[in-house]
Amino acid sequence: MNEEQIQQVVFKILKGIAPESEPSSLAPDENLRRALDIDSFDALNFFIRIHEQLGVNIPEADYGELNTLSEIVRYLASRVNVVDSTSPR
Amino acid sequence: MTNGVETLRKVTYREAVREAIREAMQKDTRVFLMGEDVGHYGGCFAVSKGLLEEFGPERIRDTPLSESGFVGAGIGAALGGMRPIVEIMTVNFSLLAADQIINNAAVYLHMSGGLFNVPLVIRSATGGGRQVGAQHSRSLEGWFAHIPGIKVLSPATVEDARGMLWTALEDPDPVLIFENSGLYNMEGMLPAGAGAVDIDRARVRREGKDITLISYSASLFKSLDAAEILSREGIEAEVIDLRSLRPLDEKTFLDSVAKTHRALVVDEGWRTGSLAAEISARIMEGAFYELDAPVERLCSAEVPMPYAKHLEEAALPQVDKIVDLARKMVKADG
Amino acid sequence: MAEFRMPSLGSDMQEGTLLEWRVKPGDRVRRRDIIAVVDTDKAAIEIEVFEEGIVEEILVQPGEKVPVGTVLAIIRTEGEAGVVTAKGAKAAAEAALPAGGVIETMEEMAGRATPEKRIPPGEAPAAAAAPAAPPTAGRIKVSPYARRLAAERSIDLSVLKGTGPAGAIRAADVESAAGIAPAGPPVEAPPAPLEEKPPIAPREKAPPPPVSPTAEKPAVKDYQAAMRRAIAAAMARSNREIPHYYLQTRIDMSRTLRWLESENQKRSIKDRILPVVPLIKAVAMALTEVPELNGYWIDDRHQPQEAIHIGFAIALRQGGLITPAILNADLKSVDELMEALRDLVTRARSGGLRSSELTDATVTITSLGDLGVETVYGVIYPPQVALVGFGKTMEQPWAENGMLAVRPVLTATLAADHRATDGHRGAQFLDAMNRYLQEPSKL
Repeated sequence: MNEEQIQQVVFKILKGIAPESEPSSLAPDENLRRALDIDSFDALNFFIRIHEQLGVNIPEADYGELNTLSEIVRYLASRVNVVDSTSPR
Repeated sequence: MTNGVETLRKVTYREAVREAIREAMQKDTRVFLMGEDVGHYGGCFAVSKGLLEEFGPERIRDTPLSESGFVGAGIGAALGGMRPIVEIMTVNFSLLAADQIINNAAVYLHMSGGLFNVPLVIRSATGGGRQVGAQHSRSLEGWFAHIPGIKVLSPATVEDARGMLWTALEDPDPVLIFENSGLYNMEGMLPAGAGAVDIDRARVRREGKDITLISYSASLFKSLDAAEILSREGIEAEVIDLRSLRPLDEKTFLDSVAKTHRALVVDEGWRTGSLAAEISARIMEGAFYELDAPVERLCSAEVPMPYAKHLEEAALPQVDKIVDLARKMVKADG
Repeated sequence: MAEFRMPSLGSDMQEGTLLEWRVKPGDRVRRRDIIAVVDTDKAAIEIEVFEEGIVEEILVQPGEKVPVGTVLAIIRTEGEAGVVTAKGAKAAAEAALPAGGVIETMEEMAGRATPEKRIPPGEAPAAAAAPAAPPTAGRIKVSPYARRLAAERSIDLSVLKGTGPAGAIRAADVESAAGIAPAGPPVEAPPAPLEEKPPIAPREKAPPPPVSPTAEKPAVKDYQAAMRRAIAAAMARSNREIPHYYLQTRIDMSRTLRWLESENQKRSIKDRILPVVPLIKAVAMALTEVPELNGYWIDDRHQPQEAIHIGFAIALRQGGLITPAILNADLKSVDELMEALRDLVTRARSGGLRSSELTDATVTITSLGDLGVETVYGVIYPPQVALVGFGKTMEQPWAENGMLAVRPVLTATLAADHRATDGHRGAQFLDAMNRYLQEPSKL
């Protein structure tokens, strides 16, 4: 799975959480919580779906460094292929 | 009560009645007491104990076991200018004197074209709860309240037990005083100078704003206990002591219903054709537009009074039943 | 027969739109079944039924907006004389329907319900304009005193929900309605020159909505404006009627956060507990110690409640907020609370709340910590008597035992109704809450 594909998955999850938003129009270094008005429940749901769809279990301690789209995609890319190269679904 | 604690003294209901009789005997030589066992035995409930020694056999007269006879004699004495107090041991035996009371005492004034008043006072114990069986546990005072021509009183407090008799004796017409036998041992505070009280007004014994509990005699104290429990739940019950069952002081309870908008009648009599039914009807007639809930009645179960203690208790109105019913009436979705 | 009525889903709700029926005539229903979906001005709510029986007749069709208290359906309760089988009831209902088995128009409905005076088609709007007489023969039960009060205060009895036996309207119902909508026109949106017609048109002008079984759900409406008005009514009432007092305290959250961190390390992502959960539990436990803050002020009377149902303010993405209740919060474990909260938030945002969840809250929590707010001064949601506010937990200098340290500190506030409680009790509540947060493992 490449970064482009990961980004598409992230977009889809964000769209599900904030249906009125257009995640693809976000700048890569924009703060997601602020831009999409994401609260702690949304964030938790986001991480749950990431886990479900990409198989990446993000420890709570890492939440702090995942604030922008580029940070998230980079973080996931470094883990997703390691964890599971077969069907993530 | 306003004179301060030092002028109050504690007396039983029984003593209060005895004092009332003694005072009447002392004040008016026309007054005398007669009935079964009132003299040598001191009264079936010990009310007249000691009075024979004090006033002698002419004025404290033991009678044969014939209610019809001695009540008739009382009517005759009253017509002849005396002021008799006739004791019928319990209301259950008043049935033997019903003809004298209803067909004679109550109608003499009418039948004589206004010539003959009958200034007779009949005292009688009433009520259940003492495990004396069905024939000895009735509350028939509501029946007598049906009859025009007599007054029916029901003293609940020691103050009324002390004060109603004299006022009744002063009344030119027959007055029946029903004393609930369960109250004789009750103690209460009486002012040192306690004396005659009015016999035509009900009293608000506890103020409240959410529901009116209307009762008399022994049921008054059950209602007051219930009001105390309800108060802890935030329901403020107003408790009315009727005192006089005939005539009914309807203004007092109609005014109360206009304030609380709910009424529960607690009556030891049976429900069908009862005094409670009469009060309920008066509220319907006089305060319909004030009602926020149907008037409810808590009466004795319509059975001959059981002898067994637990069954007798279940048949009589009790505090928990009053609380339950009042709560249902006041709370939402009852 | 039981009447299934448009429920009041909050003191500020006056009417609701029936979105959808989950049952049809002849269906058997049980207590707590969800049988309809109603759109308040705030959200689409699933409505439970509180009777057992068979749906006899449906009186209001999807798309119709009716006042609270309007009979929506008739339910034949179990054990009633002449109980029919589900099949029989269905057949009977079908027999009553016009050919084709569907009700096409309001006129048909009105005509069917009152055959003796069928309304000519041209007068249908007039028929629709009389919400006081819902298309059922059932008369409204009102106590004589309540009727008199309503007449004196010009209150329309047909919009009231009775709380007496068998739904009878009592004086208290009239009085609480009078409290919400004092004599005069119903609460209108504030005049705004650019605003178009308010989404809730005055009833007398509302044309009969198009009704057909295939009709779409009602057109997407301006939720925000309607919800704004609903919030406005509740909050204006709160500020008008409730003498608030405010208490505030700073709480050292280091123990709770440490405990939470170690707990969450043991859990997979979906079982992780958010920091707000121990706060909710601490509130619930503190309320067991200070029960006066849990309950209502109704009819000039303080009515503390035994069950602790915590309303949790949830902001909606499209704006506005909703405060569904976590039922019996004091009896739930932290894990159960997290589960309940996640479930509520998800359903609040997707529109799937149950009516009892919206009406049962006995106290409210609002947490604005996600946004970095330090202190919340809340407005109590009437008729409740308290609201607990949480700000953001942030590192702050903290002096303890003569030492200065940096600790995660949370500012908690209590807004309480001074009619119901005094500051002393409020202080005891905050103190109890703090105590629980210092021993998180006991939560």
